[in-house]
Amino acid sequence: MTSSPTVHDVIVIGSGPAGYTAAVYAARAQLTPLVFEGSQFGGALMTTTEVENYPGFRDGITGPELMDQMREQALRFGADLRMEDVDAVDLTGPIKTVTVGDETYHARAVILAMGAAARHLGVPGEDDLLGMGVSTCATCDGFFFRDQDIAVVGGGDSAMEEATFLTRFARSVTLIHRREEFRASKIMLERAQTNEKIRFLLNTEVAAVEGNPKVTGIRLRNNVTGDESTLPVTGVFVAIGHDPRSELVRGQVELDAEGYVQVQGRTTATSIEGVFAAGDLVDHTYRQAITAAGSGCAASIDAERWLVETQSAPNEKATPTDDNDLIGAQQ
Amino acid sequence: MSDADSSTVAVTDDSFSEDVLSSSTPVLVDFWATWCGPCKMVAPVLEEIAAEKAGSLTVAKIDVDENPATARDFQVVSIPTMILFKDGAPVKRIVGAKGKAALLRELSDVV
Repeated sequence: MTSSPTVHDVIVIGSGPAGYTAAVYAARAQLTPLVFEGSQFGGALMTTTEVENYPGFRDGITGPELMDQMREQALRFGADLRMEDVDAVDLTGPIKTVTVGDETYHARAVILAMGAAARHLGVPGEDDLLGMGVSTCATCDGFFFRDQDIAVVGGGDSAMEEATFLTRFARSVTLIHRREEFRASKIMLERAQTNEKIRFLLNTEVAAVEGNPKVTGIRLRNNVTGDESTLPVTGVFVAIGHDPRSELVRGQVELDAEGYVQVQGRTTATSIEGVFAAGDLVDHTYRQAITAAGSGCAASIDAERWLVETQSAPNEKATPTDDNDLIGAQQ
Repeated sequence: MSDADSSTVAVTDDSFSEDVLSSSTPVLVDFWATWCGPCKMVAPVLEEIAAEKAGSLTVAKIDVDENPATARDFQVVSIPTMILFKDGAPVKRIVGAKGKAALLRELSDVV
């Protein structure tokens, strides 16, 4: 185990819109943030198609493109980005410790932005057939299901978006949802409902995924009548929501009953001094790219102010007002 | 990253037999496409592994969009999928973007 003697001002853990925005702001405030992006950098947007509701892109932008832009923007201002997964943290005391493999890093402030992980169905066959017809990324895998019959599981915006996207390739898409009501927004739901290739199966749960070595069908159970049936499909796309990735900090910062990191009032401050949290890790209400980016910005400003207040900022440049200037000011 | 800096080898449906199946060193083949976000995540990790393991492991990349036959032959229906070939046969299949440590762990019994 090696331990670097450097004490950073800020370490950011995570690399979705929240993590990169926090990195942009902290870098512009000359805090030279160290950012652990994780091996799956870019966050949830890396598996989405067109992002139509991120302000500033009137013709839309793809998720991976948007994340690439944010990443490059953070780099431009000097953020130190590392594509590594954090193994452990110790957030107590004035100097926090972040462990990555055999290396230990230290910082006065830590911004948590680990986001949320896609939920699995948890039914027989799902794990075994992952990558053999079970998919968590419609944009990646839709291509392989040209003229085939496939299913999408879920009732939110992601499920509607994936089902609609997949009709570009598939012969038919069956959308399976365990309830009659939808969490999806009206515009996304209507788009799916008016698509002739999409059929809805409501009050229906997936009991098992079948096939060997590839998916041949799914076992379904109607949760009103109890009837069971098999739907022959070659692909199953799972979009049933996300769980906060808070395992890393469980037992250290306060979490709510669902595992989201709790923050104080309208700030991003967690239950530990000098530790801030942003994005989907915190938010079970909005969960949008723009709200995640906004809270990443807030976390960076909160961290910067906290560093100044506790008189451990690196130099006089890191005043809280520094980040309120315009982007072009440095040119 | 330009091709000149790249430690990985681009292979096609036409060159697959010679570059991968006939190779005397093990070859890790990354099935990818330009429109796949997680493929972008894993790309720099594969470059690093290719550079570090040069001589004992070849890392090859095949664009499934332009080379659908090979993907079909090996039943690839999800990307990124990485298949390790040894002596002309697939010996390991890794699905989804993974970090460097996790990938090296998966490859440890062969490389």
